[in-house]
Amino acid sequence: MTGRRRVAITGAGTINALADSVPGTLAALTDGRVGIGPLEFVDVERLSIRIGGQVRGWATEGRFTRAQIALYDRATQFAMSASAQAVAQAGLTLTDVETLRAGVIMGSAGGGYTTIDDAYRTVYPQGKNRVHPFTIPRLMHNAAAAHMAMAHGFKGPSFTVSTACASSNHAMGLAFQMIQSGAAEVMLTGGSEATLCFGGIKAWEALRVLSPDGCRPFCATRNGLVQGEGAAVFVFEDWDRARLRGADILAEVAGFSMTSDAADIVVPDADGALRAMQGAMTQAGLSPADVGYINAHGTGTAINDRTEARAITTQFGAQLPLVSSTKSMHGHLLGATGAVEALACILALRDGIIAPTMGHREADPDCPVDCVPNEARRAQVGAALSNAFAFGGMNACLAFKRA
Amino acid sequence: MGANPETTQRVIAILAAQALCDPADLTPQTRIETLGIDSMGLAEILFAIEEDFDVAVPFNANTPDAGGMDLTTVETVCDAVQRLLDGPQA
Repeated sequence: MTGRRRVAITGAGTINALADSVPGTLAALTDGRVGIGPLEFVDVERLSIRIGGQVRGWATEGRFTRAQIALYDRATQFAMSASAQAVAQAGLTLTDVETLRAGVIMGSAGGGYTTIDDAYRTVYPQGKNRVHPFTIPRLMHNAAAAHMAMAHGFKGPSFTVSTACASSNHAMGLAFQMIQSGAAEVMLTGGSEATLCFGGIKAWEALRVLSPDGCRPFCATRNGLVQGEGAAVFVFEDWDRARLRGADILAEVAGFSMTSDAADIVVPDADGALRAMQGAMTQAGLSPADVGYINAHGTGTAINDRTEARAITTQFGAQLPLVSSTKSMHGHLLGATGAVEALACILALRDGIIAPTMGHREADPDCPVDCVPNEARRAQVGAALSNAFAFGGMNACLAFKRA
Repeated sequence: MGANPETTQRVIAILAAQALCDPADLTPQTRIETLGIDSMGLAEILFAIEEDFDVAVPFNANTPDAGGMDLTTVETVCDAVQRLLDGPQA
């Protein structure tokens, strides 16, 4: 630990099915509001799964210029909106020299998925012979990070991480390490995802893991995951720099660990999850008694929740922290999910409010955790973990501390 | 009502292809769990059935017992496919 810099979160922004701001999202998480509902897009009637955590009433006019709209996939639009909020909250003013040590690391599982879907629709069923000239710069996975760097003039390390459903936890973990190691002073980081389109859901349908009626993590009646969309972006900043300029520190990023199951492409392994939590706690100097809350990966699939509960009970034994899955409200944002879920950790650390797991009907003996069913709870939390366990067996756990 | 011979033969061909065995090795009583097929193989089997018979198989991997597809033995799979082919009126 010695010699490593500490990392502060000094800004946050989001757009998701619950709200288009951090205060709105925290209020929804506190109220246990479920943002999952009927999906609305072209050809939805050809799907057997028709629910999701969709961002409704999203207007591009007024938010972006015509030139930006031509260049921004929906996922980039979400990222731009969230990052503008985060930078504004942080009150960042960087000198020219400081911009060289400021970067962007974003997570995305699908990149410009709706751009791809639209382009394929154009050339296949519609039989046209050309697509929009910006199809490639819109769909590339690093588009959101690039536009964020441009908008805010961050000229240091910038890239996008794609590790399926762990993308944004990997992104935030790497941004954390970047500051910790001294390679950067300020990082914009998080995730953005917009895969709610015909092709996006159709492909998931084929895996037969989506729920037709709702996301009920850790509930005995759970029957699968529900996709969401949106973005969350944070300003990570060197702790001393943040303190010196009197920034309001939302939380400390205190530990990060990534592991690989090296076992199966879709079936999770409890050992990989366990090692990820242990690694993040060790780096943050946390014992089991110190951790008051875990924002679970908690997808609501039969196997994830059982495996994750086993990993948690193994690590924490009799000192089980409160565990909730906010996917029950905002859905599974794939490569952006860890970023939105970090907001629930901030809510726990800063406001002492544990966001509930909604939709809970019946306890599952295979998931013996207190999942804070259906109603938020007050608790003093000094440290929280955020889990993300991706297809591919790639796990990323972040540890946060109260500032 | 059991499956007709043609349905049975086509289902067995799909199962054998996924289990990497000779169709002749599969009997109606063969249990699916003995074929060494993982969850991904199962998804592929359901996809192959849907493509081959042009039906939609109701099956959610999270609640395998809740749908209409009983994956216990070769015979239960064949019967389930036959029911899908015969439609709700049968």
